[in-house]
Amino acid sequence: MTLVDRIPETAVRVCRTDEIEVERGVAALVHDRQVALFRLRDGSVHAVDHRDPATGANVIARGLLGTTADGEWFVASPLYKHRYSLLDGRCLTDTALSLAVHRVQVSAGVVKVALAPSS
Amino acid sequence: MTEPTFHEGGPRPRLVVVGYGMVGHRLLEELVARGANGRWAITVFGEEPVVAYDRVRLSAVFDGGRPQDLSMAAPGFAEQNGIDVVVGEGVVAIDRTSRSVTTTGGRVETYDHLVLATGSTPFVPPVPGASRPGTFVYRTLDDLAAIRSHAEQPSVRTGVVVGGGLLGLEAANALRLLGLETHVVEMAPRLMPAQLDESASAVLRRKVEQRGIRVHTGVSTRALTGADPDDEGATVCTLERADGPPIPADIVVFSAGIRPRDELARNAGLEVGQRGGVVVDGQLATSDSHISAIGEVASVEGRCLGLVAPGYGMARVLAARLAGQPEPGGFATPDLSTKLKLLGIDVASFGDAFAGSDPADEVDLLTWSDTTAGVYKRLARRREDGRIVGGMLVGDAGDYQRLRLMAIGEMPTPDDLSSWVAPSTGPRQRASVPDAAAVCSCENVTAGRLRSAIADGARTVGDLQDCTSAGSGCAGCVPMLTSLLKDELRAIGEVVSDTLCEHFSVSRQALFDLVRVNGHRTWRDVLDAHGTGGGCDVCRPAVASILASRANGYVLDPGQGEAQDTNDHALANMQRNGTYSVIPRVPGGEITPAQLIALGEIAADFGLYCKITGGQRIDLLGARLEQLPAIWQRVLDAGMESGHAYGKAVRTVKSCVGETWCRYGVQDSVTMAIRLEERYRGLRAPHKLKLAVSGCTRECAEAQSKDVGVIATERGWNLYVAGNGGKTPRHATLLATDLDDEVLVRVIDRFLAYYVRTADRLQRTSTWFEALQASTGDALAHVRSVVIDDALGLCRELDAEIARHVETYECEWAATLADPTRLSRFHSFVNAPGAADPEIVMVSERGQPRPARPEELARHATQTPVAVR
Repeated sequence: MTLVDRIPETAVRVCRTDEIEVERGVAALVHDRQVALFRLRDGSVHAVDHRDPATGANVIARGLLGTTADGEWFVASPLYKHRYSLLDGRCLTDTALSLAVHRVQVSAGVVKVALAPSS
Repeated sequence: MTEPTFHEGGPRPRLVVVGYGMVGHRLLEELVARGANGRWAITVFGEEPVVAYDRVRLSAVFDGGRPQDLSMAAPGFAEQNGIDVVVGEGVVAIDRTSRSVTTTGGRVETYDHLVLATGSTPFVPPVPGASRPGTFVYRTLDDLAAIRSHAEQPSVRTGVVVGGGLLGLEAANALRLLGLETHVVEMAPRLMPAQLDESASAVLRRKVEQRGIRVHTGVSTRALTGADPDDEGATVCTLERADGPPIPADIVVFSAGIRPRDELARNAGLEVGQRGGVVVDGQLATSDSHISAIGEVASVEGRCLGLVAPGYGMARVLAARLAGQPEPGGFATPDLSTKLKLLGIDVASFGDAFAGSDPADEVDLLTWSDTTAGVYKRLARRREDGRIVGGMLVGDAGDYQRLRLMAIGEMPTPDDLSSWVAPSTGPRQRASVPDAAAVCSCENVTAGRLRSAIADGARTVGDLQDCTSAGSGCAGCVPMLTSLLKDELRAIGEVVSDTLCEHFSVSRQALFDLVRVNGHRTWRDVLDAHGTGGGCDVCRPAVASILASRANGYVLDPGQGEAQDTNDHALANMQRNGTYSVIPRVPGGEITPAQLIALGEIAADFGLYCKITGGQRIDLLGARLEQLPAIWQRVLDAGMESGHAYGKAVRTVKSCVGETWCRYGVQDSVTMAIRLEERYRGLRAPHKLKLAVSGCTRECAEAQSKDVGVIATERGWNLYVAGNGGKTPRHATLLATDLDDEVLVRVIDRFLAYYVRTADRLQRTSTWFEALQASTGDALAHVRSVVIDDALGLCRELDAEIARHVETYECEWAATLADPTRLSRFHSFVNAPGAADPEIVMVSERGQPRPARPEELARHATQTPVAVR
């Protein structure tokens, strides 16, 4: 979700890119919603909900990253290890679960986030 | 029975499904799987306002789950498959002449084929007061919402479930999760009378009671009364028993069985069974060839089945017929074996579960009962041919799948059946599962199909689930999938069980050697040189552990930081609500008054919960991520350091007071324990390591249950290794006797270094030792020869590895607090560094904070949270 061409004006500046360690996550407050941001080695930044739908705890940003056999990046929730795609938020290990995916714009080393409509 | 007919070129025939529950949805999935959604125009009516959901897991909603998490249908399922799903609209009448149904909304829909999947309704026994306010049934999300809303009234404190069957216990769990004092009332003399015998039920009862639920058996309900006996509309407050004292009941949930919802069929003149339910044949056709019935509403051979697995079987058989590919065998007599987790307790019954109850039965019974451990097993073996015919398991249902297959004749019964009942004392005969046996009974996946999937390239349990759906239902077969996978791979010469994950095709031991020989220092080096893809949450921590074992400096800096597991990355253990525990090191369990006072003050100042750990330390729980640096600064100021409780590393060295104080002690166990703990503190390993030192053979430090246990003798120290407590206890093995201090330390050095080098990922010393036993035939002799006789010439390297660890050790919290860039990781929000997560809510219990439970969170949602600093 890097460099989305038309990012809504409601996008919020969250942090500098270098405040997110490569292949790790941070959490941010965007209009009171808790968002997890991850930075990949290619410089892209991805944003999903910080709330773990399996437990209700706000911990997703502290999960580990990985790739599937098809090369799709996912985050593994720290508590019960459910894996969620960073592309569309679907849970790869339990079809009943999913995370909302938020739009991210990275320019001049600054990360902005536009929230997905709340579910 | 007539098959549906199709007209070339004409409009598609119309299929109407009445009822959108679990079985109704499974029918749709089975139709889609056969491409039959192109052949039929499908409309589904569900009277509930939501799509099909998992009723079996209803109480999860009170345990932190959300209703939408229970949904059976993937988002977009109906649209993508061209199925018209109408929810919130039931069907009120069937007109068989015009072949149409009328809905609650007045809509009239014609059909070419009609499927009844209307399920069942809970049975409410006809006792006076059964319809008072405060009485409920337990089946739908709406029922749950009503129960929750009633239970949230402050005056509601006790709840009673009428019915001690499996659904009743599920309902009791729901009430318990709502924070109510919960009672279960069962008319029969025991819980789950349909599935369990007296002994099994007694074990279950004890475990249920241990979870705080009061059980009353042999009790019939005379009436439900309100506060004012004359007011028939008063809310329930008491359950009056036929005899015995009344039970307070601010809420009553009936779970006394189910009745098929066959009224539509009755009104339409379809044949119904004597005990209710729409009569169907083996192809699920009713007495009208244009109408079929599946699930709990269908009466098969005179009875309705209140289990989901047979319902799924019916959906499969009907879908095959509607797709024009009927299964010749149809729906055979169902296997009513069940395995459930009730209140976290495994309960299973299979085959003819009660065989042998009648002395005239020609069977032998094998039983094992351990009321302390809460385990009961009963197997019935036919005298004639030695085959298992059925049985039941409580507390440990690990062998359920294999035993069930034996009971239904799909797998031969082994000769050494007693080893399947008694706790294992030695290796058990390995029995291989025949191809025709259904390993996953939810999805009807046979061992043969799994084997061909493995032959086609499936290499993990996840692969098997993806290509066969096995294990996606109740997941009870996953242990069996795992063992079948390992056996097959071994048979074709692949040792996949040893590889780390899909990103590394080598074992941890091989990777350790590769890292050592090549001198890799970062996660990226290791992945680029030996792995593929981007890694995952399995291989990253394994590589991080190897790098840390090789003493590569601060573990969170780039290069290692991105591979650390969540807990290592926070230098603290994450708890269920996202807060952390703080456990300072207390070497040997010896702590000064000033340190005790400091820890108490820290806990009070930060609002932390205090608990003494099993390793003689003090656990401070409930710290938020952004509080950790300030807390640890205070801990360091008090002269203490990181306890590494967050890592797969050396944890504690437990000790008794030894000869210094104890009149029986023969050596100074505390001094030795402190020496060992300060030597190995923070040593990263494939799994956690626990040590202990006892000052005499009375063994008060319980050293024989530790990875390394030291016991004092008159002449020195005896060294035990590879013990374990926890889930699979193992008594430690005596490695060497009467060692002096220096030799003792050197042997432990080598033992630990050899384990760190050669064990598998997440393999404790006990399982590592057992694996050595299997591969070398004598693990004790092998380890002795390596670490004492230096048979492999490794000892110099092993000694050097521990020496390097001792030289380079630093307290990870001291290293963090000394460096502002390292500290910047510890915030809850990157754009609000000092802010706390507002959704962490604590409540007070016994004078200490603890995380709010889900029902408390819901209760407090509208009020200001009782946040503890």
